[in-house]
Amino acid sequence: MRERTNLEWCVGLTSAQADAAIADLRLILLRGLRYALANHGVTEPDLEDFVQDALLKVLCELASFRGEARFTTWAQKVAVRVALTELRRRRWRDISLQDLLAGHEESDFTPALLTDQSPDPGRVAVRGMMMDTIQRIIAEDLTDRQRQAMLAVMQGGMPLQEVAVRMGSNRNALYKLLHDARKRLQKRMLYEGMSSDDLLSMFNES
Amino acid sequence: MKRAILKPGTIRKMLQMIAATRPVEIGCDECFEQLDRFAELELAGKNATEAMPLVQEHLERCSDCREEFELLLSMMKAVTDNDSCG
Ligand SMILES: [Zn+2]
Repeated sequence: MRERTNLEWCVGLTSAQADAAIADLRLILLRGLRYALANHGVTEPDLEDFVQDALLKVLCELASFRGEARFTTWAQKVAVRVALTELRRRRWRDISLQDLLAGHEESDFTPALLTDQSPDPGRVAVRGMMMDTIQRIIAEDLTDRQRQAMLAVMQGGMPLQEVAVRMGSNRNALYKLLHDARKRLQKRMLYEGMSSDDLLSMFNES
Repeated sequence: MKRAILKPGTIRKMLQMIAATRPVEIGCDECFEQLDRFAELELAGKNATEAMPLVQEHLERCSDCREEFELLLSMMKAVTDNDSCG
């Protein structure tokens, strides 16, 4: 396969004889995805599908390629997004937000449960108090959506992409929602006299 | 008022996230726009973090984007390795 410059790729893919450039790009993406997804339990037909979808996307979005990276890197980035979007969707297909969060919320007060291994009863007491404060401000300061998203991502381990779909949003907007939630918690914790660093040092050691 | 029951591990994670929270952070879209350039710098052994600190910070906070970055690096290495083998 001959090396192409960014310009040659863009011209090659849009010319009347685009077949050669498309075939070469297809090979590059297939080889890369096959290697990168080796341990992800994907089949050869899966890989073919991912590459096909990625090629369509690349051709569709060619005008947005600004040449800040190599063309092949940009195309690989598109392929990664296509493949992981599908793999996440499959992996989480049968899990609703309600299922994921069931047992993580209760309607009335529950003290923070901590199986604290520290031999220092003073530290155990302070940590218990801090955990309780954090749970309280999460309940008081966050909106339902912020709390639900934060729990699904941080406790349920669900990808942002999948939480976003279930909340009728998109990944970028969900990140911003979580960022706002973190800023709110940070502010409130300072107001309660606990800097983030204080809290971290209290929880980082056993 | 609903009260979340958080596991100690979740609280620790949250505290780390809260401690690392900055007033301005880029979102997933902006991160994706710059991810190819960032990955090239990284693979070339250049200081990608210094050149694009907001991307680096986003990758530390967002597991979706981090997963995509790692897979992209792996893809790029596959192509480079194959090329160097002829
Ligand atoms: Zn992200």
